[in-house]
Amino acid sequence: MRFASGQFGVRDVVFNVRCGEFVSLVGPSGCGKSTLLRMIAGLISPTGGSLQVNAGATDDSRRAFVFQDSNLLPWRSVFDNVRLPLELRGEPFEKQRTAIDDSLKLIGLKPDDAAKRPRMLSGGMRMRVSLARALITHPELLLLDEPFAALDELLRQQLNEELLRIWAKQQWTGLFVTHNVSEAVFLSQRVVVMSKSPGRIFADIAVPFQHPRDSELRSTPEFAKLVGEVTRQLREAAR
Amino acid sequence: MKQIIKAALPPAVLFVVVILSWHYIVVEFGIKAFLVPKPFGVLQAALEIRSELLTAIGLTAAAALCGFVSSVLIGSLTACVFSQSRVIRSSCYPYAIFLQTVPIVAVAPIIVVWFGAGFHSIVLVSFMISLFPIVTNVTAGMLSVDPDLLDLFRLYRASRWQVLWKLRLPHSVPFLVAGARTSSGMAVVGAIVGEFFAGNLAERHGLGYVILQGQQFNTAKLFAAVIASTLLGIAIFGASTLVGLTILRRWSDPKGQDHTGT
Repeated sequence: MRFASGQFGVRDVVFNVRCGEFVSLVGPSGCGKSTLLRMIAGLISPTGGSLQVNAGATDDSRRAFVFQDSNLLPWRSVFDNVRLPLELRGEPFEKQRTAIDDSLKLIGLKPDDAAKRPRMLSGGMRMRVSLARALITHPELLLLDEPFAALDELLRQQLNEELLRIWAKQQWTGLFVTHNVSEAVFLSQRVVVMSKSPGRIFADIAVPFQHPRDSELRSTPEFAKLVGEVTRQLREAAR
Repeated sequence: MKQIIKAALPPAVLFVVVILSWHYIVVEFGIKAFLVPKPFGVLQAALEIRSELLTAIGLTAAAALCGFVSSVLIGSLTACVFSQSRVIRSSCYPYAIFLQTVPIVAVAPIIVVWFGAGFHSIVLVSFMISLFPIVTNVTAGMLSVDPDLLDLFRLYRASRWQVLWKLRLPHSVPFLVAGARTSSGMAVVGAIVGEFFAGNLAERHGLGYVILQGQQFNTAKLFAAVIASTLLGIAIFGASTLVGLTILRRWSDPKGQDHTGT
């Protein structure tokens, strides 16, 4: 990926993500994490070289993307927002209905929230709706671009736990971009650290904690130690 | 209710003050009635010609509404086309500006020459003058869609048509509402200007023609017609604002409640 100025945004990035694995991508600001994620999603194409995604031989339509902003359509109800991907694919409405109800239930939304507009929801709720919309297509690869960055710490932790619960249930492959090291460690099986621009893989750190993980994990010394280690690597990478 | 009184009271007081000082000045300085009639004289004139005036208001309102509605429809359609291609946009936009800058008073006679006098020409003048705000506002709305939302639609392989119909068009509704407010007032002006040139043939006349007649030394009638035109403009502007607010409320929130920030 090369920008118009001739600088490389991302270069020679190779890393493996196994099918059903949850991997977080951290790195200094501007290292191209989001660019990489958007390339994988097919939203931007590389200017030179090639991009190969072999993750379980997923075809494009089985990839879903969660944006940093909840990115909901303000004129549509929660129900109709979640419905959007199916609607764009032209699936019949009767078929959509159960899928939407399941998706809303999975993400922890009450049935009477379905008729509300995004404006009436809190930031955390809006993000839940955004997740429900991504999950309704039953993706094999879920790409998340700092989805919880705008939320307060407590809400972020809560949604981290929810996300893990859903991941354990559905077993999609997760690729999660974040600035928050503790979030990355809590969620993932591996944390990939990228270096400053042009973005390259700087370190690949395994997270050995057993699943299912709960909030207790955050207060263990092992967790703190690993967060410290990732932070140290991140500092090195930013130099 | 309290709010309405609060909003309506100051202008009402000002209205009374203006009317009283108008009357006082005319009487005190002995101004001739053919120059400035007394307020009561205007009211009397209005009552004398009330059936003519009411017919005129109805006709002008009908022409302005037809012009306004067609500019909303055709303006939105034009914006849809503009949103689809930069080439179309950049080649047509200068001519859209032409609509805005050409003096409508100068164009109205041409329209009469081409299309003849009558209701349709009046509607056409009203349409021409009220089209521009719709085109610019709705085009701006269509182009200001959040890039992330466009990405979302691309991610799910939405067709060009789906992006237009399900994203750009609903997104530009608030812009259309804003444009329609401006455009509704201008439609009334357009209708009256149209009637100056094209309203003289029919048996029944619009406000523009009544104003022309009033010029012939019937100043009270002239004043009555001018005031009626203003009131009609305010009514149409108010109605379109009200409709716009209702649409906006439904657009973003069905119950009109705001729970942001919880």
